[in-house]
Amino acid sequence: MNFLHMTENNFSLKKIEISVSEAEKRTGRNAMNMQETYTAYLIETRSVEHSDGQSVLTDSLWRRYSEFELLRNYLLVYYPHIVVPPLPEKRAEFVWHKLSADNMDPDFVERRRIGLENFLLRVASHPILCRDKIFYLFLTQEGNWKETVNETGFQLKADSRLKALNATFRVKNPDKRFIELKHYSDELQSVISHLLRVRARVADRLYGVYKVHGNYGRVFSEWSAIEKEMGDGLQSAGHHMDVYAASIDDILEDEEHYADQLKEYLFYAEALRAVCRKHELTQYDLETAAQDLAAKKQQCEELATGTVRTFSLKGMTTKLFGQETPEQREARIKMLEEQIKEGEQQLKSKNLEGREFVKNAWADIERFKEQKNHDLKEALISYAVMQISMCKKVGFGFSEGMSIFRSAGKFL
Amino acid sequence: MEIERDPPCPGPVRVMSVGVWGLDLEQPGSQDLILPNGGTPAGTASPASSSSLLNRLQLDDDMDGETRDLFVTVDDPKKHVCTMETYITYRITTKSTRVEFDLPEYSVRRRYQDFDWLRNKLEESQPTHLIPPLPEKFVVKGVVDRFSEEFVETRRKALDKFLKRITDHPVLSFNEHFNVFLTAKDLNAHKKQGMALLTRVGESVKHVAGGYKLRNRPLEFAAIGEYLDTFALKLGTIDRIAQRIIKEEIEYLVELREYGPVYSTWSALEAELAEPLEGVSACIGNCSTALEELTDDMTEDFLPVLREYILYSDSMKSVLKKRDQVQAEYEAKLEAVALRKEERPKVPADVEKCQDRMECFNADLKADMERWQNNKRQDFRQLLMGMADKNIQYYEKCLLAWESIIPLLQEKQEAK
Repeated sequence: MNFLHMTENNFSLKKIEISVSEAEKRTGRNAMNMQETYTAYLIETRSVEHSDGQSVLTDSLWRRYSEFELLRNYLLVYYPHIVVPPLPEKRAEFVWHKLSADNMDPDFVERRRIGLENFLLRVASHPILCRDKIFYLFLTQEGNWKETVNETGFQLKADSRLKALNATFRVKNPDKRFIELKHYSDELQSVISHLLRVRARVADRLYGVYKVHGNYGRVFSEWSAIEKEMGDGLQSAGHHMDVYAASIDDILEDEEHYADQLKEYLFYAEALRAVCRKHELTQYDLETAAQDLAAKKQQCEELATGTVRTFSLKGMTTKLFGQETPEQREARIKMLEEQIKEGEQQLKSKNLEGREFVKNAWADIERFKEQKNHDLKEALISYAVMQISMCKKVGFGFSEGMSIFRSAGKFL
Repeated sequence: MEIERDPPCPGPVRVMSVGVWGLDLEQPGSQDLILPNGGTPAGTASPASSSSLLNRLQLDDDMDGETRDLFVTVDDPKKHVCTMETYITYRITTKSTRVEFDLPEYSVRRRYQDFDWLRNKLEESQPTHLIPPLPEKFVVKGVVDRFSEEFVETRRKALDKFLKRITDHPVLSFNEHFNVFLTAKDLNAHKKQGMALLTRVGESVKHVAGGYKLRNRPLEFAAIGEYLDTFALKLGTIDRIAQRIIKEEIEYLVELREYGPVYSTWSALEAELAEPLEGVSACIGNCSTALEELTDDMTEDFLPVLREYILYSDSMKSVLKKRDQVQAEYEAKLEAVALRKEERPKVPADVEKCQDRMECFNADLKADMERWQNNKRQDFRQLLMGMADKNIQYYEKCLLAWESIIPLLQEKQEAK
């Protein structure tokens, strides 16, 4: 894939390949100096020379899941208008009984490895995110990377949950498109969760059906022992039943891959919501600033004209403790006028910011929509292809299993 | 080939030894056996053409259509609601050129208890033969509606099978009770006559005192006994597995029926993806329907045949035991004679009669066993292939459903 590869000094357009090629169990000491076991993933970056298409390994380092999380949290703070690609799930969810919920389970680790690779590829192919320096360092600087990220102070820049919640409730005039988008992302999250839950139950039941058929294998074999002419036919049928029962493991493994594709978009829904929340925050900020400005203007006007239209503590105390001197009043008006001027400028820039945000966010959302439609269609197609191939294989198996009976004909 | 109409009891006939159980059953000196028809009084052994009976035996395999002279069908179930009870009757249609039938065609209505009566009469009057089983009288599991379409149809098929098996039997098909069952306008009147039709041979065999103990079952019958034991055991296991599979498939179906519609719900949220998602939903719906058809077929066609053969095995084992009884009586009587220490012991008439009975029984049973084995092979071949076919059809239906939505999924839609 192509992306703008930012080297230390300059931009250069290079073709590069990123892969998370291995996973390894490690033990170490955690922050509380306790022994822990975790999995480390090998990230390899290769640059592809235009001329001969050969790829050269340029960087290779190990990272663990928590470092990926750190990278993503950083991106969320610095690119709030971007729908940031999600990470694969932290803990195994939507499991059905045969699937392990253990984070150390090799199948789970393997699927996570693929998910992490997918995450990096998504970031690398995003026109804006791919240029980020921290991302570049994630791929290239093994030691000290964590410190470098923390030094950016991004945690401080992050919006507090409380602030965001407050804005969501109180914002008066968010952009309609964002209201719709938030609604959509809620519904999407709900429907994909439901789908994944039911799919897991379907997988469980299908597993049961196949495995019970396996019981036929033994009894057909035992029966064939007491038969003369029918013996071979029964043996063949019994053998086929064993093959049939064993085939479910591969079938369901393939389906798990489909489930992972759906899960990515389940988590993407959360990323969409984050962008909506940011809009609500900026909009609320804008509305609050406008409100404050309007209040100050009114105050100023009242002081200037002497009319008190609104209740103010100052007004009350003035009434109670005597009028203020004209000099005092002048001073206050002057201060207010300065604040108003400042406020107007701030409002102007906030307005601009808000509009920029909406414009940029919406551009990325459109990009995201295209990507989503394309990806999900591909996922559905490969799901259908999987089903087709399974039906053909199993149908053929039944045919084969009965071939001896069929050919024996009348002379059985 | 012409079938000659013989008086019932022919003379000695050479019986082909049959190696159906993999054992060598050639026993020196047993070539000439008496093979009477079980429907005559033992006393009147009229020498009849042995070749004609041999013809009849050989014709078994050729009875596919051309030389058949008796056709029986069970169909058209109807519900009768009376003050005392509600029941189902079935139409029995008989077509025959046999002289035993006055008319070429008959159509009568019978209910389950009539079949039950017939079977009992056959067991009484033909104790040396294997009588096919009837479907179970009562349904044990769950709350099954005896008037539901599925139940009635399953029963009708089993009753049809029952009569066809009797029709195919060279001895049973000539039984008087069978004839009455097929032809009488008022069966109940005949039922009351009861004892009058009971044959003496039947009676004599029935009244064999139960006190005789058989020392050794002859090898060939021991082999049959062992075979039936294992056979019934294996079928029982297969029945249990099949029931479990149906149960699992139904639970799978329940989940599928929830799974499909979720894609529909999702489709309502989307623009470009709406049609593809709706397509997947419909596809899963089609697969669900196909699965339902498969489980219905298993319940209606597979399980009943298994159960039928288990019942068959049970009734066959009782016939084997009866045979043992007859042999035991003969051996006991023979021993009693030997103990009398006469100079040249003359075998008294009643011991000879015992020997006759035993040898008749053995011959009938062996012939029936071979017939049963052949039918069993055909039935199971059909059954297993039928089940495989039903499964293949299910996968084909699913395949078609998924293939048909691929173009829909690949369609490039104009963005809204």
